[in-house]
Amino acid sequence: MTATTRQTPLRVLIGKVGLDGHDRGVKLVAHAIRDAGVEVIYTGLHQTPEQVVNTAIQEDVQAIGLGIHSGAHNYLLPRIVDLLRERGAEDIVVFAGGIIPDEDVPKLLSAGVRAVFPPGTPLQTIVEFVKGLRRE
Amino acid sequence: MRERKPSFRSLSGLPIDRVYTPAHLERWDFVRDLGEPGSFPYTRGIYPTMYRGRLWTMRQFAGFGTAEDTNARFRYLLEQGQTGLSVAFDMPTLMGLDSDDPRARGEVGYCGVAISTLEDMERLFDGIPLDRVTTSMTINGPAAVLFAMYLAVAERRGIPFSELGGTIQNDILKEYIAQKEWLFPPEPHLRLITDVIAYCVQYVPKWHPISISGYHIREAGSTAVQELAFTLYDGLTYVDEAVKAGLDVDAFAPQLSFFFNAHNDFFEEIAKFRAARRLWAREMAARYRPKNPRSLQLRFHAQTAGCSLTAQQPMNNVVRTTIQALAAVLGGTQSLHTNSMDETLALPTQEAVTLALRTQQIIAHESEVANTVDPLGGAYFLERLTDQMEEAAQEYFRKLDAMGGMLKAIERGYPQREILDAAERYQQEIERQERILVGVNAYRDPAPQPIPILRIGEEVERNQVQRLAVFRARRHPARVAQTLHALQQCAASNENMMPGIIQAVKAHATLGEICTALKEVFGTYQEPVVL
Repeated sequence: MTATTRQTPLRVLIGKVGLDGHDRGVKLVAHAIRDAGVEVIYTGLHQTPEQVVNTAIQEDVQAIGLGIHSGAHNYLLPRIVDLLRERGAEDIVVFAGGIIPDEDVPKLLSAGVRAVFPPGTPLQTIVEFVKGLRRE
Repeated sequence: MRERKPSFRSLSGLPIDRVYTPAHLERWDFVRDLGEPGSFPYTRGIYPTMYRGRLWTMRQFAGFGTAEDTNARFRYLLEQGQTGLSVAFDMPTLMGLDSDDPRARGEVGYCGVAISTLEDMERLFDGIPLDRVTTSMTINGPAAVLFAMYLAVAERRGIPFSELGGTIQNDILKEYIAQKEWLFPPEPHLRLITDVIAYCVQYVPKWHPISISGYHIREAGSTAVQELAFTLYDGLTYVDEAVKAGLDVDAFAPQLSFFFNAHNDFFEEIAKFRAARRLWAREMAARYRPKNPRSLQLRFHAQTAGCSLTAQQPMNNVVRTTIQALAAVLGGTQSLHTNSMDETLALPTQEAVTLALRTQQIIAHESEVANTVDPLGGAYFLERLTDQMEEAAQEYFRKLDAMGGMLKAIERGYPQREILDAAERYQQEIERQERILVGVNAYRDPAPQPIPILRIGEEVERNQVQRLAVFRARRHPARVAQTLHALQQCAASNENMMPGIIQAVKAHATLGEICTALKEVFGTYQEPVVL
């Protein structure tokens, strides 16, 4: 990093929304982006869309990364994007991973989710994506 | 001579030698460490004849949508030659929430069947002879409530409880450790489990009141050694609780059952199952001195490893599942679920689940591996590996004992941390290509072909919510309130809670209402965050 960049560290909320408890993936993502110099706010399990959005705004994060394995992504992710919009926080980027079938991805993207990482995505891909947010 | 790699390690990281000889078994003793199948220490299996007497139960875990949808899948699987039922509940049900709870939005019927009421349970088992099939229910936090519903269905059909066979998972320790679906703090949960065990001893003697599970520990990223160690130690914790509550070990230990993962490392998995039987027998004998030999026998269900399957090139999953299923059979499992190739994407389609069942049938009837008991027993490599698994698990036992037991260890985040570290090591090995995952980090397909997947319609949630409204409107509110109040009083005392839960279910209290009533007495739980 050059001396001219006086950036505050990127802050990203990582968490689990909905009822399923599969937190291995989000924890590995949290570690990987933290190791890449990103400040991670980890919400823990069983968050409602309202809780996620409240925490994201309070903590002033640039992005929200969520893991969903229960099949509820088609409801929960657009709901979070809508709540962010209602609160005037649509600049916060939403991305997700977990058990999300390919054919659901276009719908989620057009609902305002920035990226969906399917099972088997290398952590480095997610790290690059998050680091790319800094340059926006 | 040069080899492909500087060192060879099992999936759990155990060092593997080039070749195994009698020198590896210098301290090994045939009678002490292996013995006969059906005899202490049960390394070779818990029955003298094993699959020559009876094949394992082929039990596919199934559940999606409404009770009717799942009932149709159950009937289909039984027609296809499946020999036992296994219910997958949706997330709200697993968390003790009704389908119309605001927190259930978007989740109803997705990763299992939605059951909120006794009527739902009746529809789920419509036309299925509860006295002739055995039913396994994967339910933990609210296990006692779903079990009460099952008992109430049997009672309405005039089937005596003594004829009911099956299992409820009812293992809360592994929820705090790995799967993260709990309702209350650990102490009241453990008491509720002991109550279910005591109730079964007295009234439902053929039922397994708990299935002590390593499956989810492994899926959360643990090694085979950690799966073995934490699961068996959880088992000892439940025995301890029941004995402390005044139950005779021989009254309930024969009804305990276990549930393990069958992962990719073929020999390590077989060694794990054999080590599990031997270690359980030895620990139970040393700690509790039971008189009934059945109290020493570890019986288990196995499921192939969901976490080993890949979304890329999903057909490859059939091959992985076959290898894993074979390991479970060679390890002497009592029942088996084989995953379907499409399960990294969604719940399985009927075609995919049929193929998974056929995989078991081909192993059972065409491979001829079921002709003799423990066919790999005595192999230098396998016996050495079995010893290594047992030793490594005992090392964890000593650490857990020193921490003051599993509850203390969970409070400190110890097993959670061990599992997360193992998951991270594994992921790094994949990313550095030290481990090859076919289709993921090697042999990738430039033009992947999608496979058909099962969709759950949004109407499931709508219908379920409407049905609940009708159900609530038809019942006697005073009777519901009265049974819930009585249950709370019972929960605050030391009495067994099962009769009170059955009364509430029969008065048409819903799952969510019963769980809320109990939370008012027991409180809720916030996990220590391990990151």
